[in-house]
Amino acid sequence: MEKILEVENLHVTFSTYGGTVKAVRGVDFYLNKGETLAIVGESGCGKSVTSNAIMRLIPDPPGKITKGKIHFKGKDLTKFSEKKMRSIRGVDISMIFQDPMTALNPTLTIGTQLMEGLRDHHKISAQEAKKKALEMMNLVGIPNPEERLKQYPHQFSGGMRQRIVIAIALICEPELLIADEPTTALDVTIQAQILELFGKIQVVTGISIILITHDLGVVAKIADRIAVMYAGKIVETGTKRDIFYRPEHPYTKGLLHSVPRLDVKGELIPINGTPPDLFSPPEGCAFTARCPFAMEVCDKVYPQESELTGTHKVDCWLQDERAKRLIAAK
Amino acid sequence: MLRYILKRLLIMIATLWIIITVTFVLMISIPGSPFNSEGSSNATVQANLEKHYHLDEPYYIQYLLYLKSIVTLELGPSIKQPDQTVNDLLGRGFPISFELGILTIAVAVISGITLGIFAALRHNGVIDYVAMGLAVLGISVPNFILATLLIQKVAVDWDLLPVATWSSPAHMILPILALATGPMAIIARLTRSTMLEVLTQDYIKMARAKGLSPWKIIIKHALRNALMPIVTIMGTLLAGILTGTFVIEKIFAIPGMGKYFVESINQRDYPVIMGTTVFYSAFLIFMLFLVDIAYGILDPRIKVHKRGGE
Repeated sequence: MEKILEVENLHVTFSTYGGTVKAVRGVDFYLNKGETLAIVGESGCGKSVTSNAIMRLIPDPPGKITKGKIHFKGKDLTKFSEKKMRSIRGVDISMIFQDPMTALNPTLTIGTQLMEGLRDHHKISAQEAKKKALEMMNLVGIPNPEERLKQYPHQFSGGMRQRIVIAIALICEPELLIADEPTTALDVTIQAQILELFGKIQVVTGISIILITHDLGVVAKIADRIAVMYAGKIVETGTKRDIFYRPEHPYTKGLLHSVPRLDVKGELIPINGTPPDLFSPPEGCAFTARCPFAMEVCDKVYPQESELTGTHKVDCWLQDERAKRLIAAK
Repeated sequence: MLRYILKRLLIMIATLWIIITVTFVLMISIPGSPFNSEGSSNATVQANLEKHYHLDEPYYIQYLLYLKSIVTLELGPSIKQPDQTVNDLLGRGFPISFELGILTIAVAVISGITLGIFAALRHNGVIDYVAMGLAVLGISVPNFILATLLIQKVAVDWDLLPVATWSSPAHMILPILALATGPMAIIARLTRSTMLEVLTQDYIKMARAKGLSPWKIIIKHALRNALMPIVTIMGTLLAGILTGTFVIEKIFAIPGMGKYFVESINQRDYPVIMGTTVFYSAFLIFMLFLVDIAYGILDPRIKVHKRGGE
């Protein structure tokens, strides 16, 4: 399978008055063509920073990509100039933001916002742009598109706005879509509709999607593969099946236990404690302090990546051969 | 929309009526009369003059006469310049004052917004500090002090520009500079703070994610939203510039309306006081009305609609 995106050892830091926040600390992942990868994790784990880093949308200063490579179709985006990056944004890689209520400019019509990217990047006539815009409005399921193009964001509901945001992201036919919590700000019924729309879009356009979310329900619905992030690192990756049925990292297990299920009765088990301070992250595994299986080594040395199957990888000392012998001896 | 404009027109008329009434009350309550200073101790002459200008009538008749003169737009003769009507004075003075005012507003708005944008873009940088330092100076130094300083330095010491009057573009630079600096400083500070706020909005990030060029993002996406608070204070600034023109016209010997306005009060030239006051007020009220209309154009969320419906 062709890899469209490959992120290698990505480090992102933010300089603040209080010190340097190491928001992303060596993230590796890849994305195949036409695939949906979900990056999950709790607030502040670095998932949004990772996605913004791919688009090079991290405000600099204070943010900075200090190390690592982002290969998009074989080219390293971290080496691109701002101008060259502009020709990538919206054209090859698009992004959808969390809150459709604020992502659209209140003073410009939907039509203007929909077509401006298209007209900026491909020098096409107003008529062609409008034709394309109407096509996109139909694709994302907005009735009366002709009329709606002339309206302003405040004349649309939340769900409709998110559809428009998606249409804006797709209008230049990008190959990669980064959706940063695309359903978080929507109510549940609308969430389901938007998720269905993602599925439809992927079938129609064959686009690759990176989905940033903390909602495991969303992940279960549309992701092919999942990367679980904790404190700026990816701690476990695998197919949807690997992660939901055979989670190995204690953090992944904790996440799954803390989601209400219809088929299992009983109380939810929260993950105790809070994420570590990213001003001075621990040397070893950052989850140690909250991990019910923590060992002495966990705190001191970061575990190597263990490849459980071809697709399933986890960073945890419990997967180390020696740990297994220890546990067996007990 | 039409209904709204009609309603506003009615309110404007009511406002003007209140201004006329208050002006009239103030006018008759200040001691003295137009004929005191001339030393015409002849009581008969004075009585005749008063009769000529209806000053011997009871106040309510005088009041109604003023109302009538304003409704018919025939503001009557000036008492002090007997061969001139108030309409003549306004017709001569207004174009000059208007020119001064409009050019001042243009300079203040354009330079203020530009300064504000650059300060916001180089937030906490050198340009920001310089621009905001200038802005603080501009706000703190009154225009009459600035005007005298400019005349002394630029016109007298360096001999770069003419000292006074209003006869060529070179003559206009100093008065406009003196009058525009204050409003410019206020606009610059406001633009900076609203721009900084707008630039953190999601739709700016979204515009960046579309791959638009930085200037397009600033002009098309940020500035329009940042302009709203500036439109809001435009009303106050207009009033400030308007009153500023009296002072500046006086300092630079510009033959605008301000001269007549100030002199008429000193001379108790009642028809001129009434005429200029009403004219200034009507002008300001109309400009404020335009500002309100500009809101709806800038921000589509602010639309005038019938009560109860969208």
